[in-house]
Amino acid sequence: MTNIPETGRTPRVQIRLVVIQILVLSLLGTLGGRLWYLQIREGDAYAKEASGNHVQQVVQPAVRGSILDARGVPIADNETRLVVSASRTDLLKMKDDGAAVLTKLAGVLGMQPKEVKDKVRLCDAKTPQPCWNGSPYQPIPITDEATARQALQIRERSEDFPGITAEPAAVRRYAGPGGSNTAQVLGYLSPVTDDEITKARDTDSPYLRSDQVGRSGLEREYDKELRGKAGVTRYEVDNLGRVIGTAESDPAQSGSNLVTSIDARVQRVAEYELNDAMKKAREDFDDNTGENYKADAGAVVVMEAKTGRVVAMASNPTYDPNAWVGGISAKDYARLTGKNSNYPLLNRAIQGQAAPGSIFKAVSTAAAVDAGYPFDGHYDCSSSYSIGGQVFKNYESKGYGPISLGRAIEVSCDTVFYRLAHQEWAKDGGLRPKKTAKNWFYTTAHKFGLGAVTGIDLPNEVSGRIPDRKWKQEYWKANKDSWCKYGKKGGSYAQQIAYENCLEGNLMRAGDSVNYSIGQGDILVTPIQMATIYSAISNGGTLYDPTVGKAIISADGKAVQQIKPKSHGRLPIDRATLKDMNAAFEGVVTRGSAAWRFGGWPQDKIPMHAKTGTAEVYGRQTTSWFATYTKDYTIVMTISQGGTGSGASGPAVRKIYEALYGVSPDGKIDNRKALLPTPQKSLPKIESDGSIDAPKIKPYVPPKVDEEQTLALASGQLPPATVASAGTGTNRAHRRRGRSRRGPQSRRRTDS
Amino acid sequence: MTGANTFSVSGYGPERSSLSRMLARDSLARRLDWPILLSALALSFMGAILVYSATRNRTEINQGDQYYFLIRHLMNTGIGFCLMMGTVWLGHRTLRTAVPILYGLSVFLILMVLTPLGATVNGAHAWIVFGGGFSLQPSEFVKITIILGMAMLLAARVDAGDKLYPDHRTVLQALGLAAVPMMIVMLMPDLGSVMVMVIIVLGVLLASGASNRWIFGLLGTGALGAVLIWQLGVLDEYQINRFAAFANPELDPSGVGYNTNQARIAIGSGGLTGTGLFHGSQTTGQFVPEQQTDFVFTVAGEELGFVGAGLIIVLLGVVLWRACRIARETTELYGTIVAAGIIAWFAFQAFENIGMTLGIMPVAGLPLPFVSYGGSSMFAVWVAVGLLQSIRVQRPMSA
Repeated sequence: MTNIPETGRTPRVQIRLVVIQILVLSLLGTLGGRLWYLQIREGDAYAKEASGNHVQQVVQPAVRGSILDARGVPIADNETRLVVSASRTDLLKMKDDGAAVLTKLAGVLGMQPKEVKDKVRLCDAKTPQPCWNGSPYQPIPITDEATARQALQIRERSEDFPGITAEPAAVRRYAGPGGSNTAQVLGYLSPVTDDEITKARDTDSPYLRSDQVGRSGLEREYDKELRGKAGVTRYEVDNLGRVIGTAESDPAQSGSNLVTSIDARVQRVAEYELNDAMKKAREDFDDNTGENYKADAGAVVVMEAKTGRVVAMASNPTYDPNAWVGGISAKDYARLTGKNSNYPLLNRAIQGQAAPGSIFKAVSTAAAVDAGYPFDGHYDCSSSYSIGGQVFKNYESKGYGPISLGRAIEVSCDTVFYRLAHQEWAKDGGLRPKKTAKNWFYTTAHKFGLGAVTGIDLPNEVSGRIPDRKWKQEYWKANKDSWCKYGKKGGSYAQQIAYENCLEGNLMRAGDSVNYSIGQGDILVTPIQMATIYSAISNGGTLYDPTVGKAIISADGKAVQQIKPKSHGRLPIDRATLKDMNAAFEGVVTRGSAAWRFGGWPQDKIPMHAKTGTAEVYGRQTTSWFATYTKDYTIVMTISQGGTGSGASGPAVRKIYEALYGVSPDGKIDNRKALLPTPQKSLPKIESDGSIDAPKIKPYVPPKVDEEQTLALASGQLPPATVASAGTGTNRAHRRRGRSRRGPQSRRRTDS
Repeated sequence: MTGANTFSVSGYGPERSSLSRMLARDSLARRLDWPILLSALALSFMGAILVYSATRNRTEINQGDQYYFLIRHLMNTGIGFCLMMGTVWLGHRTLRTAVPILYGLSVFLILMVLTPLGATVNGAHAWIVFGGGFSLQPSEFVKITIILGMAMLLAARVDAGDKLYPDHRTVLQALGLAAVPMMIVMLMPDLGSVMVMVIIVLGVLLASGASNRWIFGLLGTGALGAVLIWQLGVLDEYQINRFAAFANPELDPSGVGYNTNQARIAIGSGGLTGTGLFHGSQTTGQFVPEQQTDFVFTVAGEELGFVGAGLIIVLLGVVLWRACRIARETTELYGTIVAAGIIAWFAFQAFENIGMTLGIMPVAGLPLPFVSYGGSSMFAVWVAVGLLQSIRVQRPMSA
């Protein structure tokens, strides 16, 4: 035993060792506390974050349903294309962010390296197109037009192209069967926007980042049905995105197919003849303006008179819907929507509105009968009609003496309707309407469905307008400030008009009412409205909602949902008057204003009815209208700045009928040549696998006339014995489609 | 007290059978500190399992053999255990005489790193790579030689009974001895190891009984140095980034902050009992980088939960607790200083390593003692355990 402490050390060291020990333990305590905080207190939040870390969604897009014509011919379907895509996640792992790989890829695809790199960058506010606005985890398509050779090159040398895939994928195709286009009716697709994804998140059909959404036409109207449901497979992945297990998967459900009432062959005829008519109109000289007709736009509707189903609907100018497939180029977009484009995206059959001119007399006649004027009464068809010094002239200042309303329709006498409208206006109280005012000409027009949308199954239909007293009041309220500012007594014509409008634009003037009675002035109608009305006259008075969709058939063909015609009212005409009007419209063809266009028509076998219209628009050339019907079909054609109704549109409409019924220009009917002598009632045949049979289509050959007659004679055909017009349609009129040079399609593809 | 033979290890007592010798009160086996030994072994074996879990799917580094890292970790543990036994057999007193040679050797090795023989791993140029997949991180061994060297200098005159405390001259010499290798390691640059060495020096000085002025002076110099380093831009970009990302991982979630963030998610998602061994999605998915080495604690956190990760901390606690007892109970200042240096080393390295995975310390490339994969580190910590055992074994039996 010694006196030194057992440990042999001084208190200073001893104390310090205790300090060290406490320090060490408190460090470990800190770790334990922090561990408890992370794992026990915040554990759930981290667990959630961890699971988000490892689940990666891979979307298998649903194959979009096809749009078929009435016989099953696909007018919009999908084709298998070789899509070359790049994975951003893989590219970014490379030292140069994949620049070398992309450059090499550009070489294989025959593209510029910059072009390829631009496609892979992500869109933001500062990045112009092209850029990728989808999920950065989704493979980004670089081209969907790779050749099999290019795809093979990429696949066989996959080690040279890390992150690049070449896979077949279903891509929308607007097949254009038989040369038809149907662009505005079909509409188009474009990628879903962030906004739409947010909005649809909690609905029963949420969008996926990769979704294409219908933007117009049938693609938009039936988007939900056509789109189907994308399949989502959730994989557990590691930090490099490598799959380490499958979490769950919902298989993709292909979209339903939409059978329409469109007949691709008739559609082709309608498109061709509309374009041809416009071309010919441009060759005609307009005496009023001193230049050729511009014929800048036109539309034609072929409708089943008894159901309101649309057999063909064409709008001109038009475009190639395939331009939208795989993302539209900036150049194409400018061409379709720019100021100088004349807006080919507009479907003028439902979105073009104009004064109807004399085809409105169907409504005026009904209004007159409703107001108590007998159909067979005698009404003076003078060469002009004056109201307070203002002279309203008959067309070409012709007079026919006292005639019936029927005859007034046949010869399109304006003064008969001027007089009746003026009388009614006066009876209603003139400028200061009585409380009991009937406003027959206006209420009847509303009952005919004018001034309101027809309810066709296409988006953004416009309603036109009936300029009744109420509308005048509202319109004046909205515009009087600018009128009063601009208007000047004794100024230019426009200033004078504005001045008058400022003073009494809210009042229904006699002249307004008189003009309105023959479809001029502020009235606006759409071709589809007029087709609906003339169909109703043909079918005994039922106003059908026009429809394009006929049935929605599920991808497996098992569920068929028919779209039944619906009506939105009846014409306010009794049976006797309807019969009289029918006779009058037939008279238009046999001895009236359209007779010169229907020489040689087999009227006894296919009774044709028609009404011509030539609407004047201030500052523009006249609008050509031609409304026609048989017992099965209604065809309404209009050409803006195209000339007279029968002159510009007559031959084209006749040729559509000839194609429908198989009538040759000399009036012989050949049922074998008839495209659709009676409307297609049945749905196309659905095979057990869900595919739909489609007949083959022959391209439309327009009837040959004039110079080509000799050729026709030489080949042993009968010469057409009807009116000859200068020039025939040449093949230049056939719109060429960039991607649909495949000719007629016989079968639709169910998947790819 | 029983008698004069208290200081003897063996040889003075009566003849005994080998079994009874082993079980005898004064036998080597009885004198070993079993809690430290068992804890260190438990940590090493837990490490083996965690390293295996982290690497069995990493085909890009395990050369297609899922047991590659497991086997090597166990081999390292075995070699480390042998090194410990060797150290105990030699005894720290024997080693005391060899300190100048060992110190010189370790300094020579770290100098080698600066020659073309050196290799860079994860931004730190701290390795010597030999052929055949063998590599050495000499800074691990420098930690030991600094402890031994400083202890030798500081304790020499005190243990001789000349002085109560080391004088300023001795302290200065000891600091100089530590500074030389630290400067070299700094040049690599292996900042993590330098930090550990600074803490070791602090621990050694504290235990040596050196004047408070030295302690506070050193702390002040350290703080001043840190500010200067920051201001003068001595640090490499990656070192600053690592530091900044610890402070705010959201600043750069896909870059430097990614490590810290993913580590935190891994540990946090473990909960109380973890996802089960080999079932951690963060681990299986390899979201945490360097998971078999610096971030091995995250495997425990995720797959074994609070229970398993807590056990690692408790086992380290046992090692450190027993080491503190050894430091306090030995009679020689030399042993106390060596033990204190080891405590400072283990405690700081464990705190820094676990702390960075928990997001309370900046990211530094330091292995977790016993648990992390890595030969040099494993050998060094086992040699340190050997030193602790030797200090305990060679001290007189307390009454």
